[in-house]
Amino acid sequence: MSTVLSRRTSRPVVSRLLVDLALLVVAAGFVVPLLWLLLGAFNARAGLAVTWPHPWTLRNFHAILTYDTTYRPMINGAILCGGGTLLAVFASVLAAYPLSRYQFRAKRPFLLTILFATGLPITAIMVPVYGMFVQVNLIDTLSGTILFMATTALPISIWLTKNFMDGVPIELEQAAWTDGASVMQGLRSIVLPLMWPGLSVVTIYTFIGLWGNFFVPFVLLSSNDRLPASVSIYTFFGQYGQIVYGQLAAYSMLYSLPAVLLYLVLSRRLGGAFSFGGAVKG
Amino acid sequence: MSVSATPAPGAAARLRRGLLQGLPLGPAVVLLVVFLAGPILYCVYSAFTDMALTGAAGAHFVGLDNFRKAFTSDEFRQSLVYTLVFTILSAVIGQNILGMVLALLMRSGTAWVRALVSAIVIGAWVMPEVVAGYLWSAFLGDDGSLNRFLGLLSIPKQSWLFTVPILAVSLANVWRGTAFSMLVYSAALSEVPKEIEESATMDGAGTFQRLWSVTLPMIRRSITTNLMLITLQTLSVFGLIWTMTRGGPSNKSETLPLFAYQQAFQLSQLGYGTALALVLLAIGAVFSLVYLRALRLEEVRR
Repeated sequence: MSTVLSRRTSRPVVSRLLVDLALLVVAAGFVVPLLWLLLGAFNARAGLAVTWPHPWTLRNFHAILTYDTTYRPMINGAILCGGGTLLAVFASVLAAYPLSRYQFRAKRPFLLTILFATGLPITAIMVPVYGMFVQVNLIDTLSGTILFMATTALPISIWLTKNFMDGVPIELEQAAWTDGASVMQGLRSIVLPLMWPGLSVVTIYTFIGLWGNFFVPFVLLSSNDRLPASVSIYTFFGQYGQIVYGQLAAYSMLYSLPAVLLYLVLSRRLGGAFSFGGAVKG
Repeated sequence: MSVSATPAPGAAARLRRGLLQGLPLGPAVVLLVVFLAGPILYCVYSAFTDMALTGAAGAHFVGLDNFRKAFTSDEFRQSLVYTLVFTILSAVIGQNILGMVLALLMRSGTAWVRALVSAIVIGAWVMPEVVAGYLWSAFLGDDGSLNRFLGLLSIPKQSWLFTVPILAVSLANVWRGTAFSMLVYSAALSEVPKEIEESATMDGAGTFQRLWSVTLPMIRRSITTNLMLITLQTLSVFGLIWTMTRGGPSNKSETLPLFAYQQAFQLSQLGYGTALALVLLAIGAVFSLVYLRALRLEEVRR
């Protein structure tokens, strides 16, 4: 009995160690490029290789923390992505309501189109969008770029919002309707408060996606004082021959920070990102 | 809503109610039609013209000229090959398989190892793509970490971004995108009932046999959906490649998005550029149809 038991336990222990080892090897491969960012940002003489800062210094941050280099692009990014996110979430909530509550003939084709559009390679339509923006004078404007960025985020945010809204039972609204509330009142005072966690997930997810977007503002904006951080990091470091790598690392770190922090909020809210994976499963 | 409705809803009233119910769809539909459907149709139209960057004025209908020009040009065919190599290597093989392996290993790893690994892999995913591009340029650079490491094993250093640019950008894309597949597969695997796998083990199936003939078939739908999503994402990667190589050296990592950008914006051939973009859309559609077909076949077989 005891020998059977020990054989049964020792094999899982060994295989668990092997699994852990394999996982750690993969993680090591993934972490090296990230280490360059973390260590290089605090190293005034950072090169291309990962080296331990000696001494640790904030000099790189001091050098880039100027209005033109960091603050303005960050503010522009906040305006663009914040505006785009608000617009996308607003339109998604409205659109999700009939999709979640009513049955109508166009519903299935509409949902399929939305699902399909989530995978649309946006890169492919940037050329005609540029042409269109030139003709209607929206090129190089923050408002035009916000409109387009919101639209690129719409398919996935409608899809997610509808799924979250489906989780709110309709009986509560029906009770409110009998009390004389209108449909929109029911949406605002009953559905939205109940799906608040889901809605914050959609908001954060949309913002992170837009914050990392390079190509859209790169094509649609050209004036230096309107560029968001995603593009200005490229124009600032891509155009000069001699790159100060420590400053590049510091800038990358500052620019990535909002996305990372928001992701942490998101994963806490979802209890791990796994529910998000579930939402994409289709 | 139904309370305030008139007692006898005729056809007109029903129509009015239907319109009223659909009204909230308005803002989303307007945005999608104007900024998504519009450009796609415009794309189809201008692909058949010789439009220049200055706009539609003076554009002539040129029929299939742009496509003829594309398919007879070596540069286009080269970029088509690079696009497929990049997509298959980094998404279909790299992200997909590595994501699956990680998701499977995660199931039986120790808790702290799991937490550490997923934090690092997801960290790479959360990084904006331009930052990922810079990180990998540094990692693969002449004096970068990879060459230092290989130097320790006395392997001579290389300019990876010059000798194997398409491999370099593919590797960076695997690094950046694997987390997505890992999350999707973790979610799918968590829904596979433990009893089924256990009973397969009871019947004497080995680990790989059980994986191949029990676990993977059960999450086939997730695999197909994930493959479709990551293929489409990878087809449209621009910023990562642009910051790492700008499509060079001598166009050796120039995928279709970069080629179209170059033709449309740097050489001012808007018509030709949109024709190329249309080809990209068509490739995406073909991939999607293949995957959707696979999904449907599955439903029939059930």
